[in-house]
Amino acid sequence: MTNKSNAINLEFNVMKDDFSRAGEASSKIKKILTQLGIVSSVTRRVAIATYEAEMNIAIHSLGGKIEVTINPNEIIIIAVDNGPGIEDVKLAMQEGYSTATNKIRELGFGAGMGLPNMKKCSDEFDIVSKKGKGTKVFMRISLDSKPV
Amino acid sequence: MNKYFHSVVLDEEKCNGCTNCLKRCPIEAIRVKNKKAIIIEERCIDCGECIRVCPYHAQKSITSSIEMLKDFEFNIAIFPMSLYGQFSVDTNMDKVFQAIMDLGFDYIYDEARAADIVTEVLKNMLKEDKLPRPIISSLCPAILRLIQVRFPSLIDNIARVESPMEIAARVAKNEIMKRNNLSSDKVGVFFITQCPAKVTSIVNPIGIKESYLDGAISIESIYGDIVKKANQAKDDVKFSKGSPEGIGWARVGGQSYAIGVDNYLAVDGIENVIKVLEEIELGKLNNVDFFEGLACIGGCVGGPLNVENPFIAKSRIRKLSQNKGSSEKISKEYIDDLYNEGSIWWTEKIYPKSIMTLDSNIRKAMEKIERIKEIAKILPGLDCGSCGSPTCNALAEDIVQGHGKIYDCIFKLRENFYKDFSDGGK
Ligand SMILES: Nc1ncnc2c1ncn2[C@@H]1O[C@H](COP(=O)(O)OP(=O)(O)OP(=O)(O)O)[C@@H](O)[C@H]1O
Ligand code: SF4
Ligand code: SF4
Ligand SMILES: [Mg+2]
Repeated sequence: MTNKSNAINLEFNVMKDDFSRAGEASSKIKKILTQLGIVSSVTRRVAIATYEAEMNIAIHSLGGKIEVTINPNEIIIIAVDNGPGIEDVKLAMQEGYSTATNKIRELGFGAGMGLPNMKKCSDEFDIVSKKGKGTKVFMRISLDSKPV
Repeated sequence: MNKYFHSVVLDEEKCNGCTNCLKRCPIEAIRVKNKKAIIIEERCIDCGECIRVCPYHAQKSITSSIEMLKDFEFNIAIFPMSLYGQFSVDTNMDKVFQAIMDLGFDYIYDEARAADIVTEVLKNMLKEDKLPRPIISSLCPAILRLIQVRFPSLIDNIARVESPMEIAARVAKNEIMKRNNLSSDKVGVFFITQCPAKVTSIVNPIGIKESYLDGAISIESIYGDIVKKANQAKDDVKFSKGSPEGIGWARVGGQSYAIGVDNYLAVDGIENVIKVLEEIELGKLNNVDFFEGLACIGGCVGGPLNVENPFIAKSRIRKLSQNKGSSEKISKEYIDDLYNEGSIWWTEKIYPKSIMTLDSNIRKAMEKIERIKEIAKILPGLDCGSCGSPTCNALAEDIVQGHGKIYDCIFKLRENFYKDFSDGGK
């Protein structure tokens, strides 16, 4: 059971098209997990999952935020944005599917690997989205998982 | 073995308590207390940034002196590839080799020859597609320690091959022991060094139990003598040297050029290397085959114990490495022999260094993080360094770890001084 008062809560706003700041949540969380002495393989999964979530908000949405809750036994990452939402979530989850523009691809994004990687990095993953409303991604990564 | 031996140390007398080094240390290993800099030993990666930046030359590198040669019957010098960049390209290098011999050595071995060996090893390694990509070069010990401290998840990407310095020492020492019928303790092996991190690696090696080297003598400490002796030296002895590509290892990109790998990334300067390692850790560079990261600008030619300007040295190395060399080709059999005698691979596991961990108990560590957050909130956020910690956040961490107090911050001190006299005390 997680005890609310024992958790570290962090919140990061992610603005549309703000590439210079996107990545901040990921690197802050990485630092904290290192200070907590979490094994590096788990820390790396959390960093990748958070980074991809941040990038998706910056690239594909109108803006949103990342909420991270660190408990002694698990980390919960929730990414929420204010739209436009994803038409076909199942399609978006496929490896290689991307709607990124050429300009974005030139920056090194748009391989269509973000969502699949987020899922791969998580012990529990969920995504909900509504056209016109927004997208919400839930990720849980257990801290007890054995070092790989 | 001294677990915390570091070549980089502070000369207290010369230290003026300025905060130049404090800000430049890439892993926040320096504090200034009572007007003197202190290096937190378990953090330091011996990158030498503080040596380069100190205006008073108070940060320095402990190296061996030439006096140490007296302790051995037979002395071997390992000639570092970066030394090629310390002389103009038309210099007769045989005279430079001879000059080093004349300092009291009985034999000299060119590190670039060992670089040629490692080139072949890496070529073979790159054919293995099972190894995680990118394969990270193990040349620079400062980068290896950086990975242990800040990027432990990339430890498995490091090529588990010894550095040219160590392989040179092994090959040369084994050869001399056999040829002259000498026992190991009679033969001294010394690296002529541009690099404090290499000096540390001789005392505390990474990936092996014990180094074959007995010490390292800094280039800057003998450069004057080398020049003097080289001017008088005869050039009747022709010394064995590395190939142009082997010599090229001294500059950033030289390893990749020697290996002939297309899909590589070569990065110099510790801050730049940190940025790229972040990207590798995020999985964004999995398509790169080889990563060459070097702490010094320009690569080893920029090592802090060199004398020549790194950019000039680098351009010389580039010219030399493009020479069409007439060097001997290294045979496959020779490399196989080295594999078999155990001269090539690391034998020890590389462990992460959890020096950033606040507490071994995760709950306590979490409490500390909350307290750091609280304290950081009331600090001014100017990162001015006057408190002796590199940033406001670092001071907050120091306070929580019991190494600092809130009134180390001059703004907090001033605020406290005036707090009951908000009218100015008039
Ligand atoms: N927050 C979001 N809002 C709207 N659409 C999104 C959002 N996140 C993902 N998508 C859509 O899902 C597609 C797939 O996302 P995914 O992260 O897997 O790949 P990508 O972002 O296009 O490329 P990569 O992540 O490899 O750089 C995106 O191209 C985009 O069309
Ligand atoms: S050598 Fe590098 S890591 Fe060590 S104290 Fe100096 S700047 Fe910091
Ligand atoms: S780049 Fe070369 S000289 Fe500089 S720290 Fe690394 S190994 Fe030493
Ligand atoms: Mg994406």
